[in-house]
Amino acid sequence: MAVLTAIYTAGFYAATVWLVYGLARKIVQYWRTPAPLKIPTMPAPLTTGGVAMRLVREVVLFESLFKSNKWIWLFGWMFHAALLLAMLRHLRYFIDPVWTWVVLVQPFGTYAGFAMLAGLGALWFRRIFVERIRYISGPSDHLMLVLLLAITVSGLAMRYVAHTDIVALKIFMLGLIRFDWQPLPADPLLTAHLGLVIALMAVFPFSKLLHAPGLFFSPTRNQADTAREKRHLAPWAAKLEGGSK
Amino acid sequence: MGDYKVPDLSEFTEIPALQDGSMSHSRPYVAAPEYQEPLGFPGELVEDWHDQAIGRFGELLTQSRALRVYLDSCVRCGACTDKCHYFLGTGDPKNMPVARQDLMRKVYRRHFTFAGKWLPWLVGAEDLTEEVLDDWYSYFHQCSQCRRCSVYCPYGIDTAELSMAARDIMDHIGKGQKYCNEIIAKVHTIGNNLGLPGPALANTLEGLEEDIEDETGVKVRLPLDVKGADILLVTPSADFFAEPHVDGLMGYAKVFHQAGVSWTISSYASEAANFAMFIGSYEQMREVALRIRKAALDLGVKRLVFGECGHAWRVAYSFLNTLAGPWDFLDQNYPIPQHICEFTHDLIEQGALKFDKSANDHMTLTFHDSCNVARATRMGNVPGGQFEIPRAIARAVCNNFVEMAPETTREGTYCCGGGGGLLTDDLMELRVKGAKPRMDALNQVVQNDGVTHMIAICAICKSQFSKVFPEYGMEMDRVVSLHQLVGNAIILDGQETDGETNDETEAGAAPAETEE
Repeated sequence: MAVLTAIYTAGFYAATVWLVYGLARKIVQYWRTPAPLKIPTMPAPLTTGGVAMRLVREVVLFESLFKSNKWIWLFGWMFHAALLLAMLRHLRYFIDPVWTWVVLVQPFGTYAGFAMLAGLGALWFRRIFVERIRYISGPSDHLMLVLLLAITVSGLAMRYVAHTDIVALKIFMLGLIRFDWQPLPADPLLTAHLGLVIALMAVFPFSKLLHAPGLFFSPTRNQADTAREKRHLAPWAAKLEGGSK
Repeated sequence: MGDYKVPDLSEFTEIPALQDGSMSHSRPYVAAPEYQEPLGFPGELVEDWHDQAIGRFGELLTQSRALRVYLDSCVRCGACTDKCHYFLGTGDPKNMPVARQDLMRKVYRRHFTFAGKWLPWLVGAEDLTEEVLDDWYSYFHQCSQCRRCSVYCPYGIDTAELSMAARDIMDHIGKGQKYCNEIIAKVHTIGNNLGLPGPALANTLEGLEEDIEDETGVKVRLPLDVKGADILLVTPSADFFAEPHVDGLMGYAKVFHQAGVSWTISSYASEAANFAMFIGSYEQMREVALRIRKAALDLGVKRLVFGECGHAWRVAYSFLNTLAGPWDFLDQNYPIPQHICEFTHDLIEQGALKFDKSANDHMTLTFHDSCNVARATRMGNVPGGQFEIPRAIARAVCNNFVEMAPETTREGTYCCGGGGGLLTDDLMELRVKGAKPRMDALNQVVQNDGVTHMIAICAICKSQFSKVFPEYGMEMDRVVSLHQLVGNAIILDGQETDGETNDETEAGAAPAETEE
């Protein structure tokens, strides 16, 4: 057991560092790369406040996806909203005492797992059976769904089929945070669940999961419609101005 | 070419079954050295084209946030798969926006990402082989950069940005497209896409003045290179000769005349179009745009007005300030630049123009939103003005106006099929098939509402529809310029009118344009 504890303890630290480093690296890269031209998809907001609202609508409601395809929107939104609830519910394993609002989320969070399952299942069904989406799907697209489904199923199994020792798990997790390492409870389901989460954290910054930070840097969505009023000039483009004119 | 079936029209544009490779043969003529070299591109495919392409790719990744973010962000959700008119018209799966992007994304992954370097099979990473390059040439010339997919993408991924970058990379290794590059070189040397020199232009404009006088009895001028004029009109050169473009130009002239403003066309900047946008070259686009700046300075004008053209209005509205600004020497009380529709609409709002709408009664009209105007620009002060202002003008000048299906207009409008540098005879099959979604929607209002003509405010749309209408069994003159309708209906001071329209005339009301 000590070996497993050591592996998972090291695994969580490594995955966290990897995730934070990888994401920070990408965000810095996006931040530093200039957008040479104004390319908001019109009609676009005229103000920064309007742009913020547009991004909020995209992040919270998946506005563009809703315009596009109601099925993908429904399943995708359901999965993401349920994932958020499930993650908030999981906060209780990392904090002591548990904040009141996390307690309030608990009942919704436990059912969210089923919504995740349904959303992911439906998206995978489409990926396999809708000809156009099958055509554009590669191994990594299927594997990502498998990974998320496996996390969901193992989590649901621990909640509804074979309860894991949640008290011991919390001691393990708090130990990680406090650098006071505690044994990992011996439960194959838990071991699988946590291993898959470590894998998810590890692939996040090197996969299509970059759509999460990407949206905020998407020039078609984050630019205000001010081209005539304000001159927009990228640093590399400004250098051209030395030459002619 | 020529050996293809024109699609059957349907009530709604249906999503076709996939026909893999059905358009892989479609590719435009490659630019000969004589068209490549004037733009500073290698004349033919360079020996180490692979390394040079990857090198240029890497450079672009540091210059364009859009390119970097869009190559990373796609989750292959499928939202865009049924949004491209070329896919809907051809069924070729590589014309689905995501699949088109993936042609570039797989090379990006292979060379610029961790996963693609080490696990290429897992993430679909691929080297830039000769076959992949062929696919690039074929399918990045089957994107009209209309940005319809970007409306529906949950991350706003804009395939136009990728197709521009891909064309730029291909230009840099000597595999450019003849049509665009030949035209850009002509603008650099002569000043317009047509290669119409100053004297010929002067001649043409004189002829148009005579036409208007014959028609109305009023001397309406189309001035060229007039120093000290207030307004410089920059319009697509197709307006100087092509039908129905030229009727639009005469419409602008009548509006200017009636507004009592002084204006001029420039022989040096006799082109609003900027095909450098299509090949994704910032430098070329800037050079073309700087001609307009020079003309404005040389002529000493105070205002800049653009004629009806889609991508030209994109370059003007969204890019001109960036490329050729600052425009501090122009009159800041007016939008810089201003669209002719904004100009006309302002006058209508003020009641400064009088119309005899019955002049357009022989037509029932509908309006085709041009992709670049709709999704890449604005008119007026409110978001969506690019939809409302042209419609307001149409309603002011004609009695019979009908809308097409809402999912095919405004921000969801379909490209005409000839945008993005594809308006060339060597891509005729693509143009005909790509027009299908628009033709379906138009056919519906023709059948149900008796629509006879479609209004366009883009030179490419007008040329494209004139060419593809006959393929679908419609007469070519069923596409009209918006300002052609304005020109038909406008009542000029002192105009000889038919008796029946006299009652609508209020002679002598010299309109004064107010500042904004």
